[in-house]
Amino acid sequence: MDEGLRSELQKQGVFTTTLEDLYNWGRKNSVWPLGFGLACCAIEMIAASMSRWDLARFGAEVFRPSPRQADLMIVAGTVTKKMAPQVVRLYNQMPEPKYVIAMGACAISGGPFKQGYNVLKGIDRFIPVDVHIPGCPPRPEALLHAFMTLQEKIDQQQLTGEGRARHLNADQPSEFPVPEFGEHDLQPPNNPAVWKAPVLKR
Amino acid sequence: MLALESIKTQVEQAIPGAKLEIVKNDAPSAQHSLLVNNTSGLAVAKYLRDEPSWRFDYASNVTGVDWPELELTEKIKVKKVVDGVEKEVEEVKKTVRPGYLETVYHLYSMELKHGPLIIRLRTENRTDKVHLPSLTPVWRGAEFQEREIFDLYGIVFDGHPDLRRILMWDGFKDFPMRKDYAEPDDYEYEPTPHDEVLDKAKQHYPAGA
Repeated sequence: MDEGLRSELQKQGVFTTTLEDLYNWGRKNSVWPLGFGLACCAIEMIAASMSRWDLARFGAEVFRPSPRQADLMIVAGTVTKKMAPQVVRLYNQMPEPKYVIAMGACAISGGPFKQGYNVLKGIDRFIPVDVHIPGCPPRPEALLHAFMTLQEKIDQQQLTGEGRARHLNADQPSEFPVPEFGEHDLQPPNNPAVWKAPVLKR
Repeated sequence: MLALESIKTQVEQAIPGAKLEIVKNDAPSAQHSLLVNNTSGLAVAKYLRDEPSWRFDYASNVTGVDWPELELTEKIKVKKVVDGVEKEVEEVKKTVRPGYLETVYHLYSMELKHGPLIIRLRTENRTDKVHLPSLTPVWRGAEFQEREIFDLYGIVFDGHPDLRRILMWDGFKDFPMRKDYAEPDDYEYEPTPHDEVLDKAKQHYPAGA
């Protein structure tokens, strides 16, 4: 429907919408995060959910203790190689539609611990990440901004057609392989179906 | 600072077979330590804890050190006959200090309020003779720290109640805190590389870049 016509109708007291808009509007305003934190970023995440920043304004105050009830995984903190399989497994256990926010320098790249022997250089090597937040740790405002970015992203998702959302496309995977503990590193060290090293111009 | 000399003589008198050596620390902190021979390590630890004049009842910290093989060069003056004339010639003498692993215990006495006393134990080498006596039976607090040393340095503590890896997973084969540890090559994406990281990242640069 034409945007101009819709707003004109709205002024006359006629409210029109599409199923897509209604569906996405409902989804984006009831994103329930998984209550799980890995390091100091989790403290900022907790602060964001408390009264001062009040994540409840976005309909996301219900941190679920079970991945089966969660829509959003906030990877808040350093992902060690020992923890990575469990993070991927938790993600696999979440029902579609599901989203991931990688919060903080560690979750997006390994951060200050990048050269450590037991630190994964970004959770996006194993699961698809929707929003990355830089910062060490990011302030609650940054998490709120990431959350609003995610809401916009959900709002833009199509229900039909080629570019439809992943959870409506049977060909797209919903689960990703859980890495195994190898003798020297995780096996495989990253999931090439999800992550490819960005090519940098030097 | 405690009088290491008197501790050394007392321990050596009390425990037959105990051989202690004072390891000097030339840094401003001057925290000298006692090197204990492996075979009497447990007996010395028990003595230090129970002897009424010392009562080291608290092991505040246990850590490991990796000493790789080191080539020492030393200049010495040697008298030599050169062309029928005796001359003093400088010669470079090279000696190889074999590598070993070491554990360091920092001991305090809560009861007598003194410390720290630092004792060290050394393995024979870095490859196969890496056994040391566990002091967990003496100081229970050393349990997890000895597990960590086992995990990261590969020192095997005999007499430890539960010697498993603590930070890395069970199937892991390397010892990450050793000097010769080679980490897995996952440097394919380094946005701001420098120093050693730059060298490693360059291996992944596309050809011709």
